[in-house]
Amino acid sequence: MNSSSLAIDVAGLRKSYGDKLVLDGIDLKVAEGTIFSLLGPNGAGKTTAVQILSTLITADAGEIRVAGHDLHRDPEAVRAAIGVTGQFSAVDGLLTGEENLVMMADLHHLGRREARRRAAELLERFDLVEAGKKLAMTYSGGMKRRLDLAMTLVGNPRIIFLDEPTTGLDPRSRHSMWQLVRELVAGGVTVLLTTQYLEEADELADRIAVLDHGQLVAQGTPAELKRLAPGGHIRLRFTAPDQFAAAAQVLPSASRDDESLVLQVPNDGSVQSLRAVLARIDDARIEVDELTVHTPDLDDVFFAVTGQPATNHTDEKVTSR
Amino acid sequence: MSISSYPMADTATMLRRNLRHALRYPGLSLGALGMPVIMMLLFGLIFGDTFAAGLGGGNGFDYLDFLTPGILLMSIASGTMSPAVGAAMDMSEGIVARFRTMAIFRPAVLTGHVLGNVLLTIVSLALVIGFAVLIGFRPNASAGEWILAAGLMIAVTVSLTWFAIALGLTSKTPEGASNIVLPISLLLPFLSNTFIPLESMPSGIRWFAEYQPFTAIIDTLRHLLLGAPMDSGTGWLALAWCLAIALVGYFWAQKSYNKGTAA
Ligand SMILES: Nc1ncnc2c1ncn2[C@@H]1O[C@H](COP(=O)(O)OP(=O)(O)OP(=O)(O)O)[C@@H](O)[C@H]1O
Ligand SMILES: [Mg+2]
Repeated sequence: MNSSSLAIDVAGLRKSYGDKLVLDGIDLKVAEGTIFSLLGPNGAGKTTAVQILSTLITADAGEIRVAGHDLHRDPEAVRAAIGVTGQFSAVDGLLTGEENLVMMADLHHLGRREARRRAAELLERFDLVEAGKKLAMTYSGGMKRRLDLAMTLVGNPRIIFLDEPTTGLDPRSRHSMWQLVRELVAGGVTVLLTTQYLEEADELADRIAVLDHGQLVAQGTPAELKRLAPGGHIRLRFTAPDQFAAAAQVLPSASRDDESLVLQVPNDGSVQSLRAVLARIDDARIEVDELTVHTPDLDDVFFAVTGQPATNHTDEKVTSR
Repeated sequence: MSISSYPMADTATMLRRNLRHALRYPGLSLGALGMPVIMMLLFGLIFGDTFAAGLGGGNGFDYLDFLTPGILLMSIASGTMSPAVGAAMDMSEGIVARFRTMAIFRPAVLTGHVLGNVLLTIVSLALVIGFAVLIGFRPNASAGEWILAAGLMIAVTVSLTWFAIALGLTSKTPEGASNIVLPISLLLPFLSNTFIPLESMPSGIRWFAEYQPFTAIIDTLRHLLLGAPMDSGTGWLALAWCLAIALVGYFWAQKSYNKGTAA
């Protein structure tokens, strides 16, 4: 990767609070026009990293270039190129949605008429037209989040930081947020987003870095990371011990758990291979209580690289009884 | 630190923001405007006679004339509470984190609080003067002296507001800010010659009152508005106090605001 096409280039980033080491030598390279996801559990240091890269707090050590500018030497140039939507709401609750947007436009010196035009356009785009005249403190969490992102976009930043943009959003809002992020990147913007949701990183990111206890424990494309994880399988659960034993016989490749009457059959998740397994069970007239198809996903990666299960996730893709 | 090319525009934007806040909570602004008027009427009408009698009234001493400049200063001082709390509240909210990641003129956020308070204080002072005249305050200042007096009052407002904001920012919470600002917004005016002349104070308090900034400022104001006698140096002393308080307040406040962020 040529360094001039890097939107964000970080080497050896360190930060501690008192004697608590929060970021322990982080290296990140984010290419222009891509989505980069910083994935990690609570307390991993995601917000701290975003705060440093967005000039809000200073690092203890590290070479940081954002939008081609040395962050330490020329923070104002960095500020002029970025937009930030932090983890916690950064809207002015005592102003209306529209006033918030116009204030941002004023701070970007767009001029009066352009400011109003831009505010109206963003209210429309973020589905806030009706709410635009109401005080932002009366907004729901999802509306605040949208206003927050709209405010970030007023100045057409080239690089956008989104700290957990979908935490607390319902599934519909989450999907529309994803759609917005994709549109931004289609327009040439670079996005660095943090998330605790593996699914989200998988869905959006060109590259993912897994952060745990202030260290990057893995980095790569979603596909590369998935290769780190053990393969997929079909999980079969039985209620009758005799059925379990019979199935174990017709499926010799399966690993068996005699206590919970569960078989795990290695499987690549394709319809063909699934049909083959089902055919063998059917031929032997075996009664299966529950079937789950498990394809390797980032959960497995997370588990493989951190040694801890990821939070808030179910791995059931298909369940039948 | 590189300088934004729009200091005026950014400061004006922040001023608009603060004025909107004041309008959104008219109760708060009305309280800030009403309090000094109530003090004026309370001391002028109700306690005035008693005070005046105790202070050798009769031989041409007009307590209302003596009192009004003090109340004006008091209005300025008590008015510094709300920008101090407002600035502290700002710092605990996400919106200021957003401002700090934007390429805007850095001092604008706090300067917006100061200017907003100057405008509010001007209204408050005009009200106090209006009510004072209504109940018998009779200044004999010329137009030039009025202008000087107004200039002095605005200078005092600017400097005290910066100082109060600096104090407020030392606290992490709005409540803490209000406690820490209380001494200058309430106590200093009382421990000066606002209500009674220095000569009638107990010696310990008198010594303090004599050298604290409010006394020189009130003396200058009395001189400008009423032609009260004054040492020639007192006016300059008052100005020097304003300048010193403003500079300390400004740099201290800006330092707190920028603390921890990339230069
Ligand atoms: N201002 C601070 N002072 C002291 N410690 C802090 C401060 N900010 C963060 N920390 C500590 O740094 C660590 C990383 O915090 P950070 O907020 O970056 O995590 P995160 O990955 O964003 O977590 P979350 O998913 O909960 O938002 C935590 O252990 C936190 O306690
Ligand atoms: Mg966080």
